[in-house]
Amino acid sequence: MKYMLLIYTDEHAWTDAERNQCYEDSTKLTHELNAQGQYVSANPLHPVATATSVRIREGRRMVTDGPFAETREQLGGYFLIEAQNLDEAIEVAAKIPGARKGTVEVRPVLEIPGLPQ
Amino acid sequence: MTEDVTTPVQTQVDAIYRSESRRVFATLVRLLGDFDRAEEALHEAFALAVEQWPRDGIPANPRAWLVSAGRFRAIDAMRRRARFDASLTALAERLEASARTAANELDDDAIQDDRLRLIFTCCHPALSPEAQVALTLREVCGLTTEEIARTFLTAPSTVAQRIVRAKTKIKNAGIPYEAPSRSDLPERLDTVLHVIYLVFNEGYSASSGEWLTRPDLSGEAIRLGRLLIELLPEPEPEAEGLLALMLLQESRRTARVSSTGEIVLLEDQDRSLWNREQIAEGVALVSQALASRRFGPFTLQAAIAATHAEAATPEQTDWGQIAGLYGVLAQVVSSPVVELNRAVAIAMRDGPAAGLALVDSLLQQGELSEYYLAHAARADLCRRLGKSAEARASYERALRLTRQEPERRFLERRLRDLPT
Repeated sequence: MKYMLLIYTDEHAWTDAERNQCYEDSTKLTHELNAQGQYVSANPLHPVATATSVRIREGRRMVTDGPFAETREQLGGYFLIEAQNLDEAIEVAAKIPGARKGTVEVRPVLEIPGLPQ
Repeated sequence: MTEDVTTPVQTQVDAIYRSESRRVFATLVRLLGDFDRAEEALHEAFALAVEQWPRDGIPANPRAWLVSAGRFRAIDAMRRRARFDASLTALAERLEASARTAANELDDDAIQDDRLRLIFTCCHPALSPEAQVALTLREVCGLTTEEIARTFLTAPSTVAQRIVRAKTKIKNAGIPYEAPSRSDLPERLDTVLHVIYLVFNEGYSASSGEWLTRPDLSGEAIRLGRLLIELLPEPEPEAEGLLALMLLQESRRTARVSSTGEIVLLEDQDRSLWNREQIAEGVALVSQALASRRFGPFTLQAAIAATHAEAATPEQTDWGQIAGLYGVLAQVVSSPVVELNRAVAIAMRDGPAAGLALVDSLLQQGELSEYYLAHAARADLCRRLGKSAEARASYERALRLTRQEPERRFLERRLRDLPT
């Protein structure tokens, strides 16, 4: 099964040094996961100040500045992994550096047919 | 009209259903990989038994017979449905292949492991506490949705929805049908113990309603506690501590409520009504758990209950030991309720004035200001110190905070008895 691990933290709570350390530790983790055949992809995201929201209403495209929802903690990055079951996914989630400051939401990926490989 | 004649074989099938159906179910979940499919297969297997056993006799190993009948019925059903859903063909073939190859998957050890898997899956921390309780009572204890709804005073549709949602999450989120690894065991066991204690407490001190206790649920929780100890691969002191705690509380059930449904306080209880057998078992379990030196809050609470149980009269209670145990407990779990109990024990050891000072400082911290027992305890200490006006104010405050009829009546009685 594939699991999406979404990392939510208060993006202002990180110092530059902490952020760089987090990138370094996360990169190390991606290599560990890759060696175990669990890695699909992972990336940090730019701050929500760079977010743009798009919706179609009554056939018209509406583009607005900002994230989908203003919250105290923001989506800061993600890991997409391969795991046998939820317990394995939770184990990986607990290794993500962002979990120490924020929250990692574990979401099973719904597999639908017809997507490009 | 024909008379309903119950043949000896039918009686035996009924008995086998009662003793085996949950074991068979736990194994079918593993073999079929799905709760609903296992439930259906279980009913199919018993339907077949009712048909065949009166004719062919009861098989030597009914459990293995039922598992195997259920499994093949499920595979047949899958093949029939495969005409509409091609993905089932592959699944049916895989299940059939594994049925032919794995020889030892139905031995007693494997079936024991399945029951443990079932408990840990129903109490998985990724499920909400309400879902854990409902699912455990439904799947491990075999209670019907209606029975669960009745005991928790909720609508059957609410319970049914909770169970359906939980099963959907198990399936879609990929919650494994496994007992936890050794490193995860302490955390996961903790969740299981809390679910069992929630069930017990709902039976021992119903959170609302006319009656103070619901014995069925407490009995179910004690059975679960025993089952868990029997199934765990190694002795777990806290599981023993929890069983001890439940037995020691249960031992006082008949003494706790008067014939007219009124609360009887520990100090006023007729101790000859206490169940000696449960006390003896509880005390032995506590000593065992304490000796392990790996005990936790359940064992400590059980040790406190055991100290009460061992006093022949209220005056003989070892309040020094109880205050000490609450002190240790307060270090393990920081909880204002534990602090309140410790204050009451200190009042018994050192006099009401010492207790009142502690209770007042606890109330000042604010967390207990809406907790009726804190005000009832304060009222009681004031009463013993002869401060009637303060006692009255605190009893009245407690009365406004309680939702349970017998508790209300008790507080009203205390208020009436105060000197004016």
